Amino acid sequence: MGMTMTQKILASHAGLDSVQAGQLILANLDLVLGNDITSPVAIKEFAKLNKNGVFDKDRVTMVMDHFAPNKDIKAAEQCKMCRDFCGENNVTHFYDVGEMGIEHALLPEKGLVSAGYAVIGADSHTCTYGALGAFSTGVGSTDMACGMAIGKAWFKVPSAIKFNLTGKLRKYVSGKDVILHIIGKIGVDGALYRSMEFTGEGLASLSMADRLCIANMAIEAGAKNGIFEVDDITLDYIKAHNGAEPKIFRADEDAQYDEVIEINLSEIEPTVSFPHLPENAKTFNEIGDIDIQQVVIGSCTNGRLEDLQEAAEIMKGKKCAKGVRVIVIPATQQIYLDAMEQGLLKIFIESGAVVSTPTCGPCLGGYMGILAAGERAVATTNRNFVGRMGHVDSEIYLASPATAAASAITGKITSPWNI
Amino acid sequence: MKYTGNVIKYGDNVDTDVIIPARYLNTSDHKELASHCMEDLDKTFTSRVKQGDIITAGFNFGCGSSREHAPIAIKASGVSLVIARSFARIFYRNSINIGLAIVECPEAVDGINEGDKVEADLDNGIIKNLTTGAEFKTEPFPEFVQKIIENGGLINSIAEGVIK
Repeated sequence: MGMTMTQKILASHAGLDSVQAGQLILANLDLVLGNDITSPVAIKEFAKLNKNGVFDKDRVTMVMDHFAPNKDIKAAEQCKMCRDFCGENNVTHFYDVGEMGIEHALLPEKGLVSAGYAVIGADSHTCTYGALGAFSTGVGSTDMACGMAIGKAWFKVPSAIKFNLTGKLRKYVSGKDVILHIIGKIGVDGALYRSMEFTGEGLASLSMADRLCIANMAIEAGAKNGIFEVDDITLDYIKAHNGAEPKIFRADEDAQYDEVIEINLSEIEPTVSFPHLPENAKTFNEIGDIDIQQVVIGSCTNGRLEDLQEAAEIMKGKKCAKGVRVIVIPATQQIYLDAMEQGLLKIFIESGAVVSTPTCGPCLGGYMGILAAGERAVATTNRNFVGRMGHVDSEIYLASPATAAASAITGKITSPWNI
Repeated sequence: MKYTGNVIKYGDNVDTDVIIPARYLNTSDHKELASHCMEDLDKTFTSRVKQGDIITAGFNFGCGSSREHAPIAIKASGVSLVIARSFARIFYRNSINIGLAIVECPEAVDGINEGDKVEADLDNGIIKNLTTGAEFKTEPFPEFVQKIIENGGLINSIAEGVIK
């Protein structure tokens, strides 16, 4: 029986000729990732295994991004624990303040992920690397600990939903609108335990930033992974970032899909997900006057250079609305530098926004932009659960960088088409 | 394994941000995490949960973040078992890996009310509502997963060479 892209990658990493949905396998891993929140738990578990070091010092990476630069003493202790562990185990790819960025923007940028890889990360948005044609999925700290020890993880082989993309995105519509539209259509458990495989002629019009954003939020539909068919755009990206030689796995002609969903990119409109679930997606014909107090442009979903360029294009020469706090967070040091050289940071600062060092900070209600009771934020982040960015009575509206920038200017949730 | 306890009932899409809010993720201490368990969904949880209690919930329990702190907080609160219509996949594997008992059983979720006393025999796939007398059947875990559970989680399974 034919296999999906994901099934082929899993089969090759389990040393099997073929696998089928539902099968339990032990797969070899190309990369094991953790951050400053999840790694400390993994390090404690790892100690119980009595191993002499990690399975491969070049294939374990830790990124201090969630509560770093350290937000408090406890956070400082957690980063110190990671720093010490990586030092003792000679972990090559340890990223601390000064080098770090938000993990899922950083790893592709550093060329640590390539097509055909099998990656686990103790962070749910590890599914981001599916944009490069990798099998990549979020796990917990115990899986991370075992992955660091033996370079393997157990998986139940997923079935898949195929998304056949056609058409081309319109101005100020981006990958974020596509994935919010899809989650609105299938629900927050619409792809539970399954792969979301993206293919079709529409791929040609999607930048890597769009694809990384779409794959990033596969988890918000409950998916095990999101994965894009590899094309020249993928290969050019991997080459430009000195990634390992890509291994391309294409779905078999007779691969079995649970469902095939057609998405015409030309029909996608600016989309906003209302509190308190990403599936509450609305377009502007359904959105009235909603005042906001904060805008966050950043995160592993939308903190890339293309995202900042789009926001800056809208904010250039305009002032943020009075009473709206606008926080821009370039996702990596390189993006920060590029945004500086391109004059984007000047545009943001002159408009009244603040620009922060890379951090996950406000996305998960850590710090750097916590909401008070009754406050509303438009955020380019990925989750709008109760209390996610602060007080349980605050509200998060998920949107694209263009919509967030337009909303920053008007002080209301605003379509980038209306500014 | 058999689990007996009183039920605390929740709805659909209980996410890991309400199970353990990120503001408490600057620690991995199990007791401290338990002291904030469910805080943003149910402020009464920590004061009323008793050793052995069973949580029932709707679809997609544990959705969101991969934080293992979520099943750890639930387990350290004394909860013996979570029964849901479905689980988010990372929460599901985390629970198996750390040894928090979980089972999918929509019929049981429908047939069990807040406060009911429940006995679950997962080896034989039977959940009994001792308050009403109703019985529900569940699917046993696949053999590979059963092996992890029997060995007390993934760490022990690797430490003892069951998984290499």
